[in-house]
Amino acid sequence: MTPPDGPGTSPGGGAAARARRAEDHVPTPVEQLLAAREVVIVCGSGGVGKTTTAAALGAKAVAELGGRVLVLTVDPARRLANALGLEAFGNVEVRVPDEAWAEAGVTPRGELWAAMLDTKRSWDDLIVRHAPDARTRDAILANPLYTNITGRFVQSHDYIAMERLYELHASGTYDLLVVDTPPSRHALDFLDAPQRMVEFFGSRLLRWLTVPYRSRIVSVASKPFTQVADRILGSQFLQDIAEFFTLFQTMHRGFVQRAEAVSRVLADRRSTFVVVSTLEAPARQEADYFVAELARRRLHLGAVVLNKVLPPLLLDRRALEAADVLHRGARDLAAAINGELGPVDDVARVLGEVAGSFRDFSLAAHREADERAALAAAADVLVAVPHARRDIADLAGLLRVGEALWG
Amino acid sequence: MPVDLLERRLLFVTGKGGVGKTTVAAALGLLAARHGRRTLVCEVDAKGALADALEAGPAGYKPVPVRDGLSVMAMDTEESLKEYLALHLRVPLVARIGSLARTLDFVASAAPGVKEILTVGKLCYEVRERHYDLVVVDASATGHIVGQLASPDAINSLVHVGAVREQTRWMLDILQDPAQTGVVIVASPEEMPVTETIDLAARLSDSTRVDLAAVVVNRVLPELFSRSEEDLFERLRSEPWLSRLRERVGPGVDAVLDAAELAVRLRRTGAEHLDALRRALGDRLPMLYVPELFHRTPGRRATGQIAEALGEEVGL
Repeated sequence: MTPPDGPGTSPGGGAAARARRAEDHVPTPVEQLLAAREVVIVCGSGGVGKTTTAAALGAKAVAELGGRVLVLTVDPARRLANALGLEAFGNVEVRVPDEAWAEAGVTPRGELWAAMLDTKRSWDDLIVRHAPDARTRDAILANPLYTNITGRFVQSHDYIAMERLYELHASGTYDLLVVDTPPSRHALDFLDAPQRMVEFFGSRLLRWLTVPYRSRIVSVASKPFTQVADRILGSQFLQDIAEFFTLFQTMHRGFVQRAEAVSRVLADRRSTFVVVSTLEAPARQEADYFVAELARRRLHLGAVVLNKVLPPLLLDRRALEAADVLHRGARDLAAAINGELGPVDDVARVLGEVAGSFRDFSLAAHREADERAALAAAADVLVAVPHARRDIADLAGLLRVGEALWG
Repeated sequence: MPVDLLERRLLFVTGKGGVGKTTVAAALGLLAARHGRRTLVCEVDAKGALADALEAGPAGYKPVPVRDGLSVMAMDTEESLKEYLALHLRVPLVARIGSLARTLDFVASAAPGVKEILTVGKLCYEVRERHYDLVVVDASATGHIVGQLASPDAINSLVHVGAVREQTRWMLDILQDPAQTGVVIVASPEEMPVTETIDLAARLSDSTRVDLAAVVVNRVLPELFSRSEEDLFERLRSEPWLSRLRERVGPGVDAVLDAAELAVRLRRTGAEHLDALRRALGDRLPMLYVPELFHRTPGRRATGQIAEALGEEVGL
């Protein structure tokens, strides 16, 4: 594997890439995956580098395979926007400018687009689309509960992410969608979001909530409930809820159909999941869970990406021996090699630090190797992305990560 | 400036995923307990990571002691609702709570702020009743914490009468008193955790009146060399010294030097992010540094080491 910014790494395209596309070129598993699928859903626990992985996969796909590729992210670092040559990006898709590619020294074979999930805006669009008439639409958009739900209700992010994905896929505008998933409280919540929405619309609860508002008669069945709810929440609040859900119910059919279509896209053969993890124990355990859960749901696991992996040189036996020699004989060595290097004490201290640091990092690398072995059994395609020596600041940086992902 | 972190009664520990939020929450709890404070650590996103960090059995809603002065619990909003109903309603309907709790739990997941307030309410209740000297919350990640802390205010503006509204007042009194309540943001010296910490600090002061008590920077890499030593190191990697080293130490020495160079680079990148963090937060806010534990296998020992590091930082 090529280190992300090792000497001689050509970022993405150029002659090397074209040569690899020659007839005898055997595509790597990740390359095959991106060429064959239309939707790539990137998931993993927080802080493992999902957003960067999604962006790097998209950029690399454009550089190598061509087509129109959209990276849909949830909450990108400002620096990632800058890396894509964009001031910022929002709900509306924007194209990564030619200058960004020129700066990276790569001629793209297609177009790279980026968009960010704006939950509030997307909900508004959805209401506008599904509302049966202008009055219902305006009443919902003005309801204080609506604002609160779309802005803060965690599951609303999950639902809207899947909804956007469906919409973009159905539009047929893009050859490949790479989706960075929202940070769910529970790992795969977003997968259940469409189904939960369907269940919610069909639930007795919703009927209960809307009964007093619709008929002004509290039915026998809902009486205990409303009585307690009244005392806890107050009847005005209940009325607000009831009004909101009554309005919402007018859109029942549209939502249910949509949610079912979203679920179908996720399970479709054109979709695949990429699980990202670091080799920290908690992240790795969560990745294990993701992999098992995808299998249980019969969803396609395309690849497991190990991010921020320490370099293999830390596992090298000769290097460990060398570190031992340095550690034990720092002073003698300092005296022996010195010449005009510097005061022996200083040289000895530097050698000692070098040896100590190697041992520390080597220990961490060995622990990582154990975690890696535990994951390797679970996935057919396992790619490792080395620890970036510096932050990714431009498209070239993303393409370097993409190169490592390509495997 | 003295850090009065552990003198408070309620600490919400938050941070971006992957920075070690749970471990730091557990370590703060351990540190407080070691200094004689009756402490409860509560996990809000029940993933079981807190129990792992303290090597305790799985935590439930009912607090269980894990060592002297330290108990753990896992938040459960349905249980919280039951407890609340039992304490406040005294209606015959309480007998039927079984099914009602499920129904209300469902309302809670649809209606904004209800789940959050059941969480925050339980925590404030433990503080108010003085069951513990300190409640440390392994809280939601940076994306959700503001919604949680702002929930009493949100409920106040949505619900105009009823028992819940009466309840929010005393919660706000506890939450908004810096002598009692504080938020601790955990970061690591990396781009995204630092960015999220800066954003969260701003959102906390914009949308809540809960005090930001401290930022804990976890996993800080050691500084290997002083400036002059760094020059020495650079020259060691050039001729004729490199050849002399290879002769005496063996061919593996190149990898050892490369690894040290990687360590220096990682440390330098991290230091740049920390500078940005300090600049953004100003010097009035305490920042506590926890070194990277290379030997760290997650568990009670590692948590104990982090507790020690935090103890040194707050001067205990």
